[in-house]
Amino acid sequence: MNAAMNAAMNAAMNAAMNAALAELWPYLLLILVGYLPNEMWRVLGLVLARGLNEDSEIVVWSRAVATAIIAGVIAKLILFSAGALAGIPLSVRIGAAVCGFLAFLAVKRSVFAGVLVGEAVLLLGGFLFAQ
Amino acid sequence: MSVPGPFNSNAAAFFGGVKSAWTSVFFLVLMGTYIGIGALAHDFGLSSWWLALSTLLVWAAPAQVILVSALGTGAAPIEVAIAVGLSAIRLFPMVVALLPLLRGPGTRLRELLLPTHFTSVSMWVESLRLLPGMPRVRRVAFCNGLSVGYMGTAATFGFVGYYLAAGLPPLFAGTLLFLTPMSFLISTANNCRQMVDRLALVLGLTLGPLLTYWHVGLDLMWTGVVGGSLAYGVHRLRQAAA
Repeated sequence: MNAAMNAAMNAAMNAAMNAALAELWPYLLLILVGYLPNEMWRVLGLVLARGLNEDSEIVVWSRAVATAIIAGVIAKLILFSAGALAGIPLSVRIGAAVCGFLAFLAVKRSVFAGVLVGEAVLLLGGFLFAQ
Repeated sequence: MSVPGPFNSNAAAFFGGVKSAWTSVFFLVLMGTYIGIGALAHDFGLSSWWLALSTLLVWAAPAQVILVSALGTGAAPIEVAIAVGLSAIRLFPMVVALLPLLRGPGTRLRELLLPTHFTSVSMWVESLRLLPGMPRVRRVAFCNGLSVGYMGTAATFGFVGYYLAAGLPPLFAGTLLFLTPMSFLISTANNCRQMVDRLALVLGLTLGPLLTYWHVGLDLMWTGVVGGSLAYGVHRLRQAAA
């Protein structure tokens, strides 16, 4: 085999490996930054499953941290929307979220009623004020 | 609703659990939530099988929403891992509270591995409600059936949302995408039991977008740590004053 053929084969193999890696990369990320950091708390609970109750201070603090993170994600999804949701004006998205929340409070704290009203307002507003 | 059972065998307890899952209010909650997450995954360019696998492995809707939206916008992997890890701390006390209900005199550790992985809000709430009225020997099987019922529902409707978002006109696809923030906002507010939780919710809603707007690195981590700790600090001060 001459050098040129060798180089061509190496390049082809590299390209194939890169393609395989690009396809597997999201799955590797899923394991490393999704599954493991999430699962470790469950396993820790299994290992240390004694002597903690719902009202201990560390549990109250960790619930507050988790709530704030989720709230941050929610607000970002509404304010800095991507894709199809970005086509609906910001004021409509905020208005729909506020209406949904108020409906939840008004209708005996019904999650279902809140989501339904929020979605209806979004659909109507998106229809009327399409960009 | 009355407690199901008594069951003659573990298989009967397992299928009793599946049936409980499909007839509980969480069936609708999971349906809506995972249709939304499916649409989100489509929007951020992840595959439908990736989403299904994340449902089986991660099995925590908030962590999956963080994972999908952060990976989709190209956040640094370490930042995503920290945000997912912080969002999942709540699983620890949930497992701690659940296992004493499942453990009997002859229960082996490996029987508890699956229920530990299955622990999530929906399964946890229903288990704590239903397990105490059930014979101890059937509880693990019932709990596994319940979880498989919920997980199957979530995985199925993830696909539904994914392909609906792919095929619908933009306005309707946008409405599907709105399901995630809308349902999470309301169910998180609904789960707020004390002042500290409500305060954390408001602080997170404010800090999250502000830190993003100011281009602060690791914005989700700081939203959680700063917002959560501030809320906790106020809670302690109020307790001290009372």
